[in-house]
Amino acid sequence: MSHIQKAIETINNKKEKVLSVFVTAGFPARNNFVDLAFGLLDAGADMLEIGIPFSDPLADGQVIQQSSQAAIESGVATRDVLSYIHSIKKHTGKPIIAMGYANPILHYGVSNFFNDAAIAGADGVIVPDIPIEEYDDFFNCNKQGLDVILLATSASGSSRVKMIDKKSSGFVYCVSVLGITGARGMFTDVEVDAIRATRARITNNKMLVGFGISTPENIKQVAPHCDGVIVGSAIIKSLMNERESCSYENTFKLVRALKTRCRI
Amino acid sequence: MKTEIYDYPDLKGKFGRYGGKYVPEILLPALTELETLYLSMKNDPEFRSELLNLQQTYAGRPTPLTFADRLTRYYGKAKIYLKREDLCHTGAHKINNALGQVLLAKRLGKKRIIAETGAGQHGVAVATVCAKFGLECVVYMGEVDIERQSLNVFRMKLMGAKVVPVTSGSKTLKDATNEAIRDWVTNVTDTHYIIGSVVGPHPYPMIVRNFQAVIGYETKKQIQAVENRLPDYLVACVGGGSNAMGLFYAFIDSKNVKMIGVEAAGYGIDTDKHCASLTLGTAGIFQGMMTYLLQDSDGQVSEVHSISAGLDYPGVGPEHSYLKDTNRAAYFSVTDDEALEATKLLAKQEGILPALESAHAAAYLNYLMPATTPDEIVIVNVSGRGDKDLGTITKHIQL
Repeated sequence: MSHIQKAIETINNKKEKVLSVFVTAGFPARNNFVDLAFGLLDAGADMLEIGIPFSDPLADGQVIQQSSQAAIESGVATRDVLSYIHSIKKHTGKPIIAMGYANPILHYGVSNFFNDAAIAGADGVIVPDIPIEEYDDFFNCNKQGLDVILLATSASGSSRVKMIDKKSSGFVYCVSVLGITGARGMFTDVEVDAIRATRARITNNKMLVGFGISTPENIKQVAPHCDGVIVGSAIIKSLMNERESCSYENTFKLVRALKTRCRI
Repeated sequence: MKTEIYDYPDLKGKFGRYGGKYVPEILLPALTELETLYLSMKNDPEFRSELLNLQQTYAGRPTPLTFADRLTRYYGKAKIYLKREDLCHTGAHKINNALGQVLLAKRLGKKRIIAETGAGQHGVAVATVCAKFGLECVVYMGEVDIERQSLNVFRMKLMGAKVVPVTSGSKTLKDATNEAIRDWVTNVTDTHYIIGSVVGPHPYPMIVRNFQAVIGYETKKQIQAVENRLPDYLVACVGGGSNAMGLFYAFIDSKNVKMIGVEAAGYGIDTDKHCASLTLGTAGIFQGMMTYLLQDSDGQVSEVHSISAGLDYPGVGPEHSYLKDTNRAAYFSVTDDEALEATKLLAKQEGILPALESAHAAAYLNYLMPATTPDEIVIVNVSGRGDKDLGTITKHIQL
């Protein structure tokens, strides 16, 4: 069992859902990013997904696009992301996942990336534009024990979800809605039913739900049908509002509220 | 003698290492659905006759192959013929693909069509076929391109399309494509995305190429009729590369036909203001495909430049990447200024005003012609007409 699986298991055994928080590496500021990460973990995040910025993030809405662009402009490169992860892992046992589009990782060298990510202490990798069709060609290297987490959607259909479940390790990332990342109010009954249906098809892995989860109310909707949730855009948006002050108290407050909802 | 038959993409949608389906999971079912439908329609007599009828009675096909006698005399070398895609309905080859794909959309039962556009030629073609078939049409277009191609914006709106300005990134074709893909991710159940070039995830590069291949098949028949032989050179401009693939594909197994793609060098390939992806790019994964890409040392996609909005793109169709690596086609580039000169030349010598995109192909004749001989034949694809560019041209050319 991988470290990520064990961590999810342990939290679920306490009758809690996992709260995974996505942040764009080096955003909103490079100099205190590691402290921000510790603040998020202290506030209740059970794991972090650290986003490798990319110029053309196809699956992302405006909030993550903007944070990604800002990070690129401030000079955040793939090696910086790994060095942040290294600094964070020195002081936490919680899982840290590197999340990024295929091209920066390809450019870094996929094999080099896994080597260096393992040395940095990363526990897993999510590459949203590598579907199962491209998995074998792209991840054609020693993964150094890191989990490769795959995404499933309600559009995937039963047989694809089963294949995704088979190939994914760590957990399966269930995309809650048809669409890109970003807040969008409450989930419809159809969307919640689709999440429930996807989970019924997943037998090998734990399932975390992401996309469109911005409030405790959203968590209340999906919690019965998953093992944890992933919150990204809502956190980044909050960080944007606190960018000037560099005190992230409101963001930490949001994380606490989200985690509280995971405990009910 | 063993004849190798060119048979790409392979079953995984790849041209050698290029191509593929590098998109979020959410799009995979739609791509599979599109591929399955396309493969079943490809040789379906009813589908083919419907498309042929539209090509002939609506789009104005076949387009002529014009002998450019004065341009031939101007260079005094090989005979130059021009394939006249500029005479297509809506003014460029883009209608070939739009018509084919709208018929697919109809059979997929999709009521809403989205597209990206750079120069606006593809946007106009899609708006046109949507008007013809009574479908909702949304076109994504970069703010910079909306400015430099304002006539085409008006044309699209006149035909009932909604034109959405894209303000992210370089505000050109690349960003319009990102936004169109994001729309498709969100509305995939009722929406068909008509990509305008041989780019994006499989099966798009194959489908767009095959709908554009009519250019080459006609050309082959036409040149055989007048010269009783195949040409020695094919020359076409390459942004995404659909007019070039359309011209090349019919000749790909005729190894004596040399195929030349001409990219936009913008201010020059020694500056950072160009979009010569095949000339100066490296392999990368972008907008669903692995292909030659202009990118920095961290794998961030570069901001590029061309005077021609249709070529202003940091990537290129994956099949061109494959043809380059296998040396089946050769790729060169010409600058903004050279393209403007070629526009003037074609206008004065032949009475044809080419699109700035197509003018890049014509501009390469300055390099190619001296190396040819009078018994050879060169065919240049005039992929579109220049009416849409008059605004830009008047800014640069003093008469």
